[in-house]
Amino acid sequence: MTERFMLSRRDLLKTSAAGAALGLASAAFPIRAARAASATVGFIYVGPKDDYGYNQAHAEGAASLKGIGGISIVEEENVPETVDVQKTMESMINLDGASLIFPTSFGYFDPHMLAMCAKFPDVQFRHCGGMWNKDKHPMNAGSYFGYIGMGQYLNGVVAGHTTKSKKLGFVAAKPIPQVLLNINSFLLGARAVDPAIACQAIFTGEWSLAVKEAEATNALVDQGADVITCHVDSPKVVVETAAGRGAFVCGYHANQSPLAPEKYLTGAEWNWAKVYKMFVDDLIAGKPLPNFTRGGLADGFVKMSPLGPAVGEAARKQFDATLAEMMKGGFSVIKGPLKSNKGAVVATAGQAFVETAIELESMDYLVEGVVGSTA
Amino acid sequence: MEATDIGLWGVPLAMLGGAIRVSTPFIFVSLGEAITERSGRINLGLEGTLVFGAMSAYAVAVMTGSPWLGLLAASVAGLCFGLFHGWICKFPKVNDIAIGIALMLFGTGLAFFFGKPFIQPSAPDLPAIPFGAWSDIPQVQAALNVNVLFLIGAALAVFLWWAFRNTRIGLIVRVVGDSADAALAMGLNPSTVRLLATGVGGALAGIGGAYLSLYYPGSWTERISSGQGLMAVALVIFARWNPLGCFAAALLFGGAGALGPALQSVGVTQGYYLFYAAPYILTLIIMIATSSPNRTLAGAPGELSITK
Repeated sequence: MTERFMLSRRDLLKTSAAGAALGLASAAFPIRAARAASATVGFIYVGPKDDYGYNQAHAEGAASLKGIGGISIVEEENVPETVDVQKTMESMINLDGASLIFPTSFGYFDPHMLAMCAKFPDVQFRHCGGMWNKDKHPMNAGSYFGYIGMGQYLNGVVAGHTTKSKKLGFVAAKPIPQVLLNINSFLLGARAVDPAIACQAIFTGEWSLAVKEAEATNALVDQGADVITCHVDSPKVVVETAAGRGAFVCGYHANQSPLAPEKYLTGAEWNWAKVYKMFVDDLIAGKPLPNFTRGGLADGFVKMSPLGPAVGEAARKQFDATLAEMMKGGFSVIKGPLKSNKGAVVATAGQAFVETAIELESMDYLVEGVVGSTA
Repeated sequence: MEATDIGLWGVPLAMLGGAIRVSTPFIFVSLGEAITERSGRINLGLEGTLVFGAMSAYAVAVMTGSPWLGLLAASVAGLCFGLFHGWICKFPKVNDIAIGIALMLFGTGLAFFFGKPFIQPSAPDLPAIPFGAWSDIPQVQAALNVNVLFLIGAALAVFLWWAFRNTRIGLIVRVVGDSADAALAMGLNPSTVRLLATGVGGALAGIGGAYLSLYYPGSWTERISSGQGLMAVALVIFARWNPLGCFAAALLFGGAGALGPALQSVGVTQGYYLFYAAPYILTLIIMIATSSPNRTLAGAPGELSITK
């Protein structure tokens, strides 16, 4: 009896000591005080965050924030572009206390993100893509994007030197302005090497359809395309299928050279770490976040994969020269005289659209030399 | 790589190649489902089994370096899923369709959970047999590079067609599927037969998944299946529960799926969304043309919960 009492008293002592320690700890690190200088940032991805592509590029950017004091990250992957993303945003705001949210996929914007902007006016939303417009959309929303078309132009330069059949292939997801600009840039880069080069585009209709992407790649190689690139969420299937058929590949979104070390020429990669750090620095400093954020190679938003072993000397030289030109700023991919592949004039002689030109964000044509249709 | 201009021949060639490449998961899942449904039960969970099979095959192939062990792992995993479905459905008043949907979500979720570390590494592929070696045209060679699983699937379809008619096991499965009372009167236990039929169906669906991750498209991602498992279940009805019909329907769907990209590659670029819908429009037309208000579907097992 006594022993049992002793034991329980000892337990009681232990418990109260632990309780006191806990109280001390919370006094030493007051939760409320820490909160003032801290913020939770939410990231939403449409696919898995290690997909060798779009989502991986964003997730790497998000991961780079983890060392910054006071910032905590919440992430959710595989969120469809439906009302599901609204629920994800609500839970990030209500349960995790997120004050800045990056819904990274194109289809999250309208109506899902806009609905959340109206519902939570104190939370900041920044969407990846070119859809925010200050006349139409709320000020707690915004968009950020990189001029990755420049990277596809450089891909095209290397592809133009590498192709023997003078035919390039492009596996594209949906005919939206960013994708069209990438296709056009890829071809124009190649045409800077040889104006006889053509590019065949195939649209799969979805951001991620593994079997259809493989079929599209096979169809392009069957038609004689010998350098393939793509704009889909996960280029893994395209890169592996093309390399398996003996074609060269240019990467997109992230570095896919480990998937095809011999056949990988170069690739246009995102560098979101830089962009997310800019936003978070502003957030910590209490400054208003920019609504319209854009940048290219020179700003460090976009980078190129290291050139692969199959890239020849002439290609390397022109790649370096073009890259140097772009780093100076003011480089234009779309410059006149230029026609669309339906014969309409898209740029008159002397007219040039630099990378920052807002007209490029509503592109609805494929240039002459691209075999493909926007609808 | 020798470039040969094949022009418009690319379309039929791509459809042939596509039929061979894309159809294999359809073949295995629909044959598996045909066995299950012939025994009088529907397993809608095969989509989950397919995805889990794809993941387990890839994971085992990465870890052991052998695609064949991966294939074995996928079929064992599929067998377990099938037996699980069959076991739950043995209890009274359990709805097999509801359990199937639950297992579909469970299988996909479990595959995503265990599959995370295997998205990045590369696994060895299952071998293919170059039937196109006689041709000098690289496109023909590529189209006729036939994976062994496709051949196994074709042989299996013929075997099942024969076995359903001519073997004791085939007749047992059919009688259980057509009339549980008759089976009981014969001294058969319908629950056990259905349990085993669902298990075998699951194993075949797992093999279909292994084809996706180990051959074509040949990598494990969470988006590897674009609903092939569900489509294959529908194909069984489309094929009137006939294994040879399943094989033909799978080929048709594979070939029709290749039509959209192939047409774009030869310059027919307008209206590709319509071409992508081609297989489904075709299904609708055939279903409407062969349906009748006066009789039930020919060949439908009498014990199926959708036809009862």
